[in-house]
Amino acid sequence: MIHTASLKTLAAQLAQKKISSVELATLFLDRIERYNPTLNAFITVDRDKALAAARQADAQLGAGETAPLLGIPLAHKDIFCTRGLRTTCGSKMLANFVAPYDAHVVERLREAGMVMLGKCNMDEFAMGSSNETSYFGPVKNPWDLTRVPGGSSGGSAAAIAARLVPAATGTDTGGSIRQPAALCGLTGLKPTYGVVSRYGMIAFASSLDQGGPMAASAEDCALLLNAMAGFDARDSTSLERAPEDYTRELERPLDGLKIGLPKEFFGAGMDDGVRAAVEEALAEYRRLGAETIEVSLPNSGLSVPAYYVLAPAEASSNLARYDGVRYGHRAAEYRDLIDMYEKTRAEGFGAEVKRRILIGTYVLSHGYYDAYYLKAQQVRRLIAADFAEAFKQCDVLMGPTTPSAAFRFGEKSADPVAMYLSDIYTIAVNLAGLPGLSIPCGFAGGLPVGLQIIGPWFAEARMLNVAHRYQQATDWHRRLPEEFA
Amino acid sequence: MSLSLDEVGRIARLARIALTPKEAERIREELNGILDFVAQLQAIDTAGVIPMAHAVDVVQRLREDCVTEADRREDFLAIAPEAEAGLYLVPKVIE
Repeated sequence: MIHTASLKTLAAQLAQKKISSVELATLFLDRIERYNPTLNAFITVDRDKALAAARQADAQLGAGETAPLLGIPLAHKDIFCTRGLRTTCGSKMLANFVAPYDAHVVERLREAGMVMLGKCNMDEFAMGSSNETSYFGPVKNPWDLTRVPGGSSGGSAAAIAARLVPAATGTDTGGSIRQPAALCGLTGLKPTYGVVSRYGMIAFASSLDQGGPMAASAEDCALLLNAMAGFDARDSTSLERAPEDYTRELERPLDGLKIGLPKEFFGAGMDDGVRAAVEEALAEYRRLGAETIEVSLPNSGLSVPAYYVLAPAEASSNLARYDGVRYGHRAAEYRDLIDMYEKTRAEGFGAEVKRRILIGTYVLSHGYYDAYYLKAQQVRRLIAADFAEAFKQCDVLMGPTTPSAAFRFGEKSADPVAMYLSDIYTIAVNLAGLPGLSIPCGFAGGLPVGLQIIGPWFAEARMLNVAHRYQQATDWHRRLPEEFA
Repeated sequence: MSLSLDEVGRIARLARIALTPKEAERIREELNGILDFVAQLQAIDTAGVIPMAHAVDVVQRLREDCVTEADRREDFLAIAPEAEAGLYLVPKVIE
């Protein structure tokens, strides 16, 4: 069952010539061809480019080269620019956009020898928690085709959950890696803000956006992050830090680990099945030697309203670039320049993107800036300070990733605020710039449940260790949806 | 607080997004729902709290003032909706 193997196993099989990179790419491309019509997880698949990259990897392997990810297939969320292969960001605005350059993350993973199979579906401009806002149609959850995979990195999540690809990139502005990872039963990591370069990653809310890995296990994610992380002068907020080996702590025992349980994450609003799975995971951690203590994040309840001022404000500014002049969609008929802008943007953007641009425009407009934007930035600092206080008492925080398992199509799409609240446990982490990880920890009504692990800045290696030890003791991360096994 | 249709029209003009009257009415309701939701921030005492503009406190990096990019004018013009003679084309703005 090579399509369910870990990245480490795939690398070993490639190094021992038990399988070639071309064979591996072909196997996954065939699975995409077979299952993607059902799931709609991919927007673009490029078999020829993938096989060319695989042949190159085989040549390197044949020459005796070894590298942890050399020859392993991968998919990119369609928010990462890929030179010569279209990058849509899930929008009509960019439906025919072919970027003239590669994102830093794309360069890094190619240099690591990974073979890109295609580009994954997503909520339009990463704005959504269900993948229902994609111009290319919704992605289906492999665990239940009547339910959403989460969003915005829902295509990446569904593709991995059905093993159409062993690993994928995602981006997380308010939960867009962790929430779909939870809803599809995967491991997904949002690194500390600034660890992964934003160059070539289409901007939504620049002070919150962060790219990260999605895969079956914490070990897989550690290997991917090793390749993705690193300083890049082309991103003005990329952090200049010494390179880290994120696998270095994987095997560390958990004796003495102090886990903080924010009481605000265990209150009303959480589904009973989710609560039961999370409680059982915490019991497992105690058996593994960890200690759990209650902590408080008193302002975390304000994270969703603060986010829905700050993120739309940044989005309204970032998305001003789509003017129909330099690239992307342009309306066919118009009277003058302003009319061209207004029609281009009316046609190119979907309803949720328009909603957020308009909210952002309003909160930044004359007379409202202090009341909304500055106020939300002040609340953001209060939220970040709560985390700093909590980490004085514990090594990591844990709680549910989402209040419920995967919901049905249409269930929240009529009410923007109900949809926004599905990110209630993930958004505070982005506001504080912290690393956050979601791992599968059981099922509720047959649907996967995610456990969220939050660490202090730059604690990724420790968090991956905490996740890995749990995954050594449990097999939730190895479960597969029957139809795609 | 509640946005009027006129205000929605003003915001849409600032954002350069054309709205049909039907869309404007629906968006008015949605924006009011979102603004009601974020209004809970107003009740929080933030006196003396320094606004947090960014996740990590870092100083803006500076670099030497020199050319670092190759000239890729043709590549960039090639993806424009309309370009001619090395220029982007837009509707006439000056009579």
